[in-house]
Amino acid sequence: MTELLARLADTALATLRDVLPLLAVLLGFQLWILRQPIPQLRRVLAGFGYVVVGLVLFLVGLEEALFPLGRLMARQLTDPAFLGIAGGVGTWSDYLWVYGFAAALAFASATAEPALIAVAMKANAVSGGAIGVRGLRVAVGLGAALGIALGTFRIVTGLPIHYFIMAIYAVIMVQTLYAPRMIIALAYDSGGVTTSTVTVPLVAALGLGLAGTIPGRDPVVDGFGLIAFVCSFPIMTVLGYAQLADWRARRAATRQPRREI
Amino acid sequence: MSARLLATLATLFSGVRDLLPIIVVIGFFQIAVLQQPVPHLERILLGALLVAIGLSLFLRGLEMGLFPIGESLAYALARKGSLAWLLLFAFALGFGTTVAEPTLIAIAGEAARVAAGGGVIADSDAARADYAFGLRITVALSVGTAIVLGVFRILKGWPVHYLILGGYLGVVVLTPFAPAEIVGIAYDSGGVTTSSITVPLVTALGVGLASSIRGRNPMIDGFGLIAFASLTPMIFVMAYGALR
Repeated sequence: MTELLARLADTALATLRDVLPLLAVLLGFQLWILRQPIPQLRRVLAGFGYVVVGLVLFLVGLEEALFPLGRLMARQLTDPAFLGIAGGVGTWSDYLWVYGFAAALAFASATAEPALIAVAMKANAVSGGAIGVRGLRVAVGLGAALGIALGTFRIVTGLPIHYFIMAIYAVIMVQTLYAPRMIIALAYDSGGVTTSTVTVPLVAALGLGLAGTIPGRDPVVDGFGLIAFVCSFPIMTVLGYAQLADWRARRAATRQPRREI
Repeated sequence: MSARLLATLATLFSGVRDLLPIIVVIGFFQIAVLQQPVPHLERILLGALLVAIGLSLFLRGLEMGLFPIGESLAYALARKGSLAWLLLFAFALGFGTTVAEPTLIAIAGEAARVAAGGGVIADSDAARADYAFGLRITVALSVGTAIVLGVFRILKGWPVHYLILGGYLGVVVLTPFAPAEIVGIAYDSGGVTTSSITVPLVTALGVGLASSIRGRNPMIDGFGLIAFASLTPMIFVMAYGALR
């Protein structure tokens, strides 16, 4: 119990350190530059309080319940004895369970990411309901899952990361040319929001565990880079989701003039 | 009162539903693949309850506090009509929220260890602390620059993908010049700089700005700030690694 309380205090401190500069910038500009009182000040401050308390409970709950188990499982699943290749060097196909676990975990944690829910809510409101909160979250989750499966494959094979990243960028650029204009900025944003609080600790544990058990991989050099995959793949899937919706809308209305989705 | 209770229960339920996929994945792999019992079941249930309460409070706080103040500031700054103040605000917001970010502090320390191991810097506490601090300032500067650039783009109405393409080219060109040890960290640093509190606020800023300027569409022009904020750190960190 005392351990739980200590963790609550630690997380609260870290979150406050994160929020205070933000609050300082906001209040400073509002009071000194704009010289205006903040509309509904008490409500806004209460909202900030809710955000901080909510985030602290969220993080402590994850740390209490799921992160230790997730980390432990990442270690067990990457253990050569479990994979049946103890004493030898496995090929990339011996690690199928690892890719599967990584993909499922990335999907689940990316869709639960508070920052993604926030952006999806905003996009839903701005687009007048044309972009569904759930649809966007699932598209981003699928992207994170594909990205991490490819990222773990890269750690296993030891191929240089920048080839993958360049190929991903090339695909994104080609997709951008054909995607509906409305979705482009949102799609680019959805890369960065997947990795805020839930995904990074789980994904980092997986990468470090994997790089630590494979002969010839340096945990610090090869363990990094997974997050980059998780960040860039959702851009492709969100663009793809919009292209699919656009294509289906056009096919359904071939005789009518093309409408914006 | 009962309506309020019902609303609270509904948000709690949606919090549990958001978490359900993680529980299912971990449960399935633990029981079906690894074939081991789930340890500390009561701790997991307690943690899941905390997560559900936390997430519903967080989302409620966003609607009450972060979204409205982000948008009202964007409106007020656009009405004031001073480009310098607007860009200064954008920079302060990006720099201020990043420099104290806990994940960034952790990553910077890790990067300093890698650099010391690779012989890039001396393997002493002072040299590592110095390197980590420089890295933090570099990333914070890059996020500040990104928000300034993104706000400027919203004002001008430039298509977002030209700037992103430029950023991608920067990443690709810099990669061969950066030390091999730093490349993975640089690529990752793009993702970790955007925290759960910064993202909603920056999004509200962009959307508020785009809706208060005539001829800008909040959907096309309002988003994209986060994309810049996750791209520029890659470039700045590789440049930092190459120049040190």
